[in-house]
Amino acid sequence: MKRLVALGAVILTAAALAWAGADAPARTGGAPKPVIVKAVKGERCVESNEFMRRNHMKVLNHQRDETVIEGIRTKKFSLKQCIECHASEKTGSVAASKDDFCVSCHSYAAVKIDCFDCHSTKPQGSMAMHPLNAESAHYAHKLAATAGSKISAEEMAKVAR
Amino acid sequence: MNTMKQKSSENAQPASAERRRFMSVAGATAAGLAIAPGVMLVEVAHGRPEDQPASSAVRWGMLVDSTKCATGCNECVSACSTENGWTPVAESKHPKQAPQWIRKLELQDPLTHHETNLPMMCQHCAEPPCVDVCPTGASFKRADGIVLVNRHTCIGCRYCMMACPYKARSLVHENLHDTQKPDVPRGIGCVESCTFCVQKVDRGDGTTACVEACTAAGHNALVFGDLNDPESEISKKLREIPTKEVRADLNLNLGVRYHGI
Ligand code: HEC
Ligand code: HEC
Ligand code: HEC
Repeated sequence: MKRLVALGAVILTAAALAWAGADAPARTGGAPKPVIVKAVKGERCVESNEFMRRNHMKVLNHQRDETVIEGIRTKKFSLKQCIECHASEKTGSVAASKDDFCVSCHSYAAVKIDCFDCHSTKPQGSMAMHPLNAESAHYAHKLAATAGSKISAEEMAKVAR
Repeated sequence: MNTMKQKSSENAQPASAERRRFMSVAGATAAGLAIAPGVMLVEVAHGRPEDQPASSAVRWGMLVDSTKCATGCNECVSACSTENGWTPVAESKHPKQAPQWIRKLELQDPLTHHETNLPMMCQHCAEPPCVDVCPTGASFKRADGIVLVNRHTCIGCRYCMMACPYKARSLVHENLHDTQKPDVPRGIGCVESCTFCVQKVDRGDGTTACVEACTAAGHNALVFGDLNDPESEISKKLREIPTKEVRADLNLNLGVRYHGI
């Protein structure tokens, strides 16, 4: 029996070392291991998992300067692309709940990122239903209404499209 | 539409000496650039490959024909807010702090009561004062003439807002709670302004949201294009009609030119 427990401990340690590859949160005592939600798109990442675990912050930082300053828009290390593949099916986001892709690992490793103060956490196309956009769509109509007689019938028809 | 036609004929006065001088300089610049990059220019105008950086062979610019800009129309402003995800002033809980990437101005000559309509936004200066004063280098001009804020290095000091003669920049005062558009990140504590829809330009759309909206509304008061390409619609128009820079006395060499002001 003792032998079995020892073996179990060895297996658990090995599992802990491979935590990042695990599908389900493996509880081995201490802090709960991070959840790696399976990517909704793609067979594999843009680089090996090992490379991505260690270097994603470097490639992202490099990409952001190339894109913003020079206007280079390659897809491989684009943050928008990470989100396209890694947004969770449940929340539609990479950072809306504690198990989402860019959150779980970081809270385990006590990393805090500010990227999502500015960057949308959701993929392109999921925004149509967003209240802000709905507001904007109504805005043209409202303006036309308040401007009254100065807007022609054709213009009203166009706005109400 | 009738009133608009009338308006443009009202404004078709002979060009002043000052305007003519400006046009001859602009003409000379365009001709000089025509010889150098040749075929390249045409390619770039149709959107460059995604691994290519923005090129200084291109200079993006806009022409505003204020004689066609309609009173009470706000299409350009709402199109900008929809494309770039900022809440319009009228919808804002804090109108005085609301972002304004583009705004409509209605001006009246106090003597003649003649009304002029025009949109005002970042003029994408060749010599931008906002870039000169930025302490971190976040305010910068891209190779193709688009003046931007690198939000990754902006510290929100707002020197650029004070330096801008056009009141074109604003600061994001509030947390935006993930309401941003995926293509247009923006966030609290950073200064922002018109980007000439850089996300669209880099996609190869060759136009901006405001220009699309103005054209769709049938006003055709806005033209966007490459000032360095003598064959572009904007270059041709600039050759044809007299245009002015706002505060030309500052010598900033603006990317946005106005006709009928
Ligand atoms: C084509 C879709 C796709 C894109 C784009 C993508 N990923 Fe991945 N990523 C995956 C897949 C698939 C895996 C394998 C793990 C899985 O099945 O979820 C993965 C794994 C990872 C891992 C390792 C997770 C672990 O198991 O420890 C990290 C970290 C990661 N991605 C970060 C990123 C970042 C950062 C970006 C953007 C630069 C990005 N990914 C872009 C699909 C993608
Ligand atoms: C204050 C706002 C802000 C913050 C915070 C921010 N960004 Fe950005 N980021 C932007 C803007 C604005 C762009 C330009 C978008 C464009 O032109 O398409 C951008 C573009 C990028 C791009 C290139 C476009 C893409 O999706 O690939 C990357 C990569 C990027 N940022 C990464 C990051 C990372 C990583 C962080 C966190 C460490 C971060 N950003 C934090 C505002 C911000
Ligand atoms: C496999 C776990 C894991 C996943 C998944 C993960 N990260 Fe990380 N990330 C880390 C770790 C660990 C660090 C800290 C590395 C260090 O400090 O050396 C880190 C650091 C970062 C940093 C640098 C933070 C800083 O302060 O410099 C950025 C930016 C970042 N991650 C972005 C992302 C984004 C965006 C995603 C989602 C697409 C993501 N990460 C997903 C584990 C992960």
